[in-house]
Amino acid sequence: MNWLTHFFTSSIGKKIIMSLTGLFLIIFLLVHLIGNLQLLYNDGGKAFNLYAKFMTTNPLIKLSSYLLYAGILLHAIQGMVLWSQNRKAKGRKYEVYNSTTTSFASRHMGWLGVIITAFLILHLVQFWAKMKFGTVDMITIDGMEVKDLYSVVLFTFKNPIYVVVYLISMLVIGNHLNHGFSSTFQSLGLNHKKYTPLIKKIGVAYSFIIPAAYAAIPLIMYFTK
Amino acid sequence: MKLTLKIWRQKNANAQGTFESHQVEADEHMSFLEMLDVLNEDLVSQKKEPVSFEHDCREGICGTCNLVIDGRPHGPNQGTTTCQLHMRHFKNGDTITIEPWRANAFPIIKDLVVDRTAFDRIIQSGGYVAVNTGQAQDGNAIPIEKDQSGEAFDAATCIGCGACVAACPNASAMLFVSAKVSHLDLLPQGKVESAKRVQQMVNQMDAEGFGNCTNTGACEADCPKEIQLTNIARLNRLYTSSMFSTSKKY
Ligand code: HEM
Ligand code: SF4
Ligand code: FES
Repeated sequence: MNWLTHFFTSSIGKKIIMSLTGLFLIIFLLVHLIGNLQLLYNDGGKAFNLYAKFMTTNPLIKLSSYLLYAGILLHAIQGMVLWSQNRKAKGRKYEVYNSTTTSFASRHMGWLGVIITAFLILHLVQFWAKMKFGTVDMITIDGMEVKDLYSVVLFTFKNPIYVVVYLISMLVIGNHLNHGFSSTFQSLGLNHKKYTPLIKKIGVAYSFIIPAAYAAIPLIMYFTK
Repeated sequence: MKLTLKIWRQKNANAQGTFESHQVEADEHMSFLEMLDVLNEDLVSQKKEPVSFEHDCREGICGTCNLVIDGRPHGPNQGTTTCQLHMRHFKNGDTITIEPWRANAFPIIKDLVVDRTAFDRIIQSGGYVAVNTGQAQDGNAIPIEKDQSGEAFDAATCIGCGACVAACPNASAMLFVSAKVSHLDLLPQGKVESAKRVQQMVNQMDAEGFGNCTNTGACEADCPKEIQLTNIARLNRLYTSSMFSTSKKY
């Protein structure tokens, strides 16, 4: 076997794939959030629609979006492979179950990942596919014809069922990150008493603040727009 | 004190196992293994098959007294082996569930005894320092920093019991392998074979069918020698950097 294939199929190499793709998704979450907070401006969606136009046409953004699709796919597929290998390696479970030494999130990364996948599919169908393949009304902003994605989002978040679905999904992503954030650094071999306590603190804060800020978008749009 | 024990019984590797309940009269000053000795004497006097369990030193150094007690390898106490667990930590009337290590790489031999030769094969694959025999070397010939030798010593306290694998929901052997790799790698004498050692030991660990680490930390919490997760980070570091920096593949 070629050394690189050998590395990436070893137990440690597989974790390096998880951690690098996970770290990439962590950064993506922040960037995606900053863009989407424009939904909350009181401008009838002007800033958001211009941003959406930029995001769908800029070649550099296009390139990074392919990277993102590849990253998510790699993370999800590798995650599911690891999950199934690990369940097989354990075999029979204990009669008396001990849950005192590990966190809920760390024990359920696989299930949390499955729920995130379901959410991602819904999310992409609702907005990304609609923007790319569906019909979205056109509006004119500053003399430019753009698709009115803002109204699509607003219409979606006027439905309380979707608001609840998004809130639950953010809770799930928060949990996934609660373990994932600091876990990434451990996988990359970065663990030392000099900085690991700080990484853990940042991880807890990040896994709370980012999903909470995302969750605020459907909530605010439902109640105030 | 009167106790009810729910114990895993299994005739051999291929037999279907089940839980069996037994009553035992124990003293709070007994160790957990002495309590099991009392049970086995009872069973023998009733002409029943005694429960097989492993033990040797009974002082926390051999790493054979491997039992999962109420869901925790080596029982509820921090930093002790089963033989160091005393019955005063239980109450009269308690029901205690006793199970063998669960991991496909540790097949059950009988009752509570599992086959841990997978660990031996991992050690054989690289967990040593090769030296030419001859005169005994002066212990202080190669200077080493105090904190580094301390860290090496901490890692070296691993007794190879396998509680880390038993505690891990993925049956990963990373804590054990990382302890063995660290304790040699932190010393100048061990540095010489660093790349070869880490690659061969990880290869063997993977070949034995242990699971992949998900950083749950269950191993660290139940390790009787309190081996730390920082060792696993070191293993990840050493393995990754050696794969990217050596021309030879082991
Ligand atoms: C919002 C998107 C996501 C982010 C930010 C994210 C982030 C992370 C991070 C940082 C880790 C820790 C990696 C490590 O321990 O080295 C992780 C682990 C994991 N993720 Fe995700 N993830 C996301 C989506 C998904 C999806 C869609 C799936 C699966 C279908 C998934 C499945 C997993 C699994 C199974 C693990 C545990 C892997 C292991 O430790 O062996 N994740 N994730
Ligand atoms: S690391 Fe701890 S639990 Fe694992 S084999 Fe060594 S002493 Fe036992
Ligand atoms: S019998 Fe040796 S460590 Fe317990």
